[in-house]
Amino acid sequence: MPKITIDKERCKGCQLCILYCPKGQIRPDKNLNKKGIQPVVFLGGDCSGCKFCAIICPDAAIEVYK
Amino acid sequence: MDKIFGRPKSLRDIPTHYCSGCGHGIAHRLISEVVDELDIRERIIGVAPIGCAVIAYDYWDFDCCEAAHGRALAVATGIKRVRPEAIVFTYQGDGDLVAIGCAETIHAANRGENLTTVFINNAVYGMTGGQMAPTTLLNQKTATTPFGRDAKSAGYPLKISELLAQLSGVYYVERVSTDSPVKVLAAKRAIKQAFINQIEGKGFSLVEILSACPTYLGMKPTAAVKWVREEMTKEFPLGKIK
Amino acid sequence: MRNQKLVPKVEILHRETSGSRRSSYKVTAFGKTRNQKILISGNEAIAEAAVQAGCRFYAGYPITPQNEIPAYMAKRMPGIGGVFIQSESELAAISMVMGASAAGARAMTSSSSPGISLKQEGISYIAGAELPAVIVNVMRAGPGLGNIWPAQSDYFQAVKGGGHGDYHNIVLAPSSAQEAFDLTMFAFDLADKYRNPVMILSDGMSGQMMEPIVIPEDRKNLLSGICCLTSEKKWAVTGCKDRLPNLVASFRMCLGDTEKLNQHLQGKYKQILADEQRCESVGIDEAEIIIVAYGIMARIAKGAIKTLKAKNIKVGLIRPITLWPFPETQITQILKHRLGRVKYFLVVEMSYGQMVEDVRLAVNGKAKVEFLGRAGGGVPTEEEIIKRLEVISDKL
Repeated sequence: MPKITIDKERCKGCQLCILYCPKGQIRPDKNLNKKGIQPVVFLGGDCSGCKFCAIICPDAAIEVYK
Repeated sequence: MDKIFGRPKSLRDIPTHYCSGCGHGIAHRLISEVVDELDIRERIIGVAPIGCAVIAYDYWDFDCCEAAHGRALAVATGIKRVRPEAIVFTYQGDGDLVAIGCAETIHAANRGENLTTVFINNAVYGMTGGQMAPTTLLNQKTATTPFGRDAKSAGYPLKISELLAQLSGVYYVERVSTDSPVKVLAAKRAIKQAFINQIEGKGFSLVEILSACPTYLGMKPTAAVKWVREEMTKEFPLGKIK
Repeated sequence: MRNQKLVPKVEILHRETSGSRRSSYKVTAFGKTRNQKILISGNEAIAEAAVQAGCRFYAGYPITPQNEIPAYMAKRMPGIGGVFIQSESELAAISMVMGASAAGARAMTSSSSPGISLKQEGISYIAGAELPAVIVNVMRAGPGLGNIWPAQSDYFQAVKGGGHGDYHNIVLAPSSAQEAFDLTMFAFDLADKYRNPVMILSDGMSGQMMEPIVIPEDRKNLLSGICCLTSEKKWAVTGCKDRLPNLVASFRMCLGDTEKLNQHLQGKYKQILADEQRCESVGIDEAEIIIVAYGIMARIAKGAIKTLKAKNIKVGLIRPITLWPFPETQITQILKHRLGRVKYFLVVEMSYGQMVEDVRLAVNGKAKVEFLGRAGGGVPTEEEIIKRLEVISDKL
């Protein structure tokens, strides 16, 4: 199954990936990153590999694998 | 498992200084992707603006040159004329390209300089603290239009792309947006086209990107992209203009 | 690459006395004849010298009294693979020069006083980004629009910086068409050597006046041998093939980095101050009064000195050729060797007293410094200089 990785330290918590994930597989993380920003986290479930999250990410913090 | 999406080679592996949800990061990445795909990294010379993207050259892994505020297309003209084999582009915001550099923009376009311009329109000044841009919408509140932009005293949103399309020297103008993944993909296609035009010697190409500035719109990034889609595109309709 | 073999052959077609300001002669061919004497205006001498120095990019905006330079470049550049652009403004012209220089070309722009004010933005960026460039100012009267008559009122602007920030242009002041030619060639070498803007400070009279010049066969004395080849400009933006990316910029994001850049620039300026002061000295060993004048004013002063020599008034001349670095060493040396015997300096300028400040700093109270100047198009005459020197002479 496709999956994504999110670089927590690069994530600025804009949540645009959450807005556009068709499967609802990204959520805000419970913990802050080193910059004190609330990053997002991949839930690890049903991912179609559509790349929407990575395409909209302004910080190139998401990689997609298939 | 194969990586099907990652950081392009021409985008340095460092964090940007941009605010959360800022559209600059997307535009930087798209240019890098296009540079990689067209295999022009060793031929490309970028001209960086003054504004939030002043240190865009820190993020791009290819040759770059600074320009005084608004003069990016004059600097690019100088570079391209003495190095016609190089692929030269400017990256400019609404203040740089439309206000202080309006003359340089219009005349470089009118000379039909074989250049590519990526124009980031976010309807507000970022670096200086959220003042009115020439592209600020009517009634939009900024630091210098605290009661909303009033046409009587501050004029109207300036549609530079439509204006440039009138010029004989201009080959290609398209307005795109980065408010959703589908639009981002369309924006990339337009940027790629603008570079291909230069490689083929077609003349002046400009891609206007409607981009979100959540900080100075005073919105969450998710609301800011919605504002771009619903409000900005009314004044600045998307599509190929020329 | 500069072509050492090309020497222009200029044919005088006709002299126009009124109407169009089009060039009254044209460059018809480039033969191999050497040491050929040609009749040329100061402005065109600058333009041809630039071409022979390897300048292959010129951008400018028309303004009197320097219009012969862009007109000459428009004609000359296409035939030699060079670029001529009539820009939309002086702001654009200087930025185009910045771009061409960043890409490794020898580049020049020219203007006159009000236009040079506009160019200060780009000159400051060029200085900050450490790019070579040659900027010609054929000075006219100011302030504001002033007038097209000659002046030397932009001295402060040229030598003290002109734009924002702590920087210096190297400033060269020719006093004849021949020297305009020689110094322009030299300017490109200096610009490349120090990666710094070099300004040719001429004036409306020098620019318009036609004089015979000799383009020497052997230009070795003019050229310091610095190569203008782009391949030697390792810092230029040319596309990052087989090397790490280059960046040409004056901006430094981090606080301490801008201070470091400034310290580096100051080190460079110190070197220029030590190595590049140039002046012409006439009759210094005998003089009790020394005139300090540059450009066309020095030539007028020379006439006055000749007349006074017949009257046994001992007047010498220091003619600064580099205005920055100002030839202060020459003045301090004279005062060291002839202290007490040189009693007066008379500074003559087409301004209301600009270079006189640098003379006072160099003299540092060791002799009296007087000033004679006119501005706004008025040129101090030989008679006025003689009259003033006679008054000073009576006080000796």
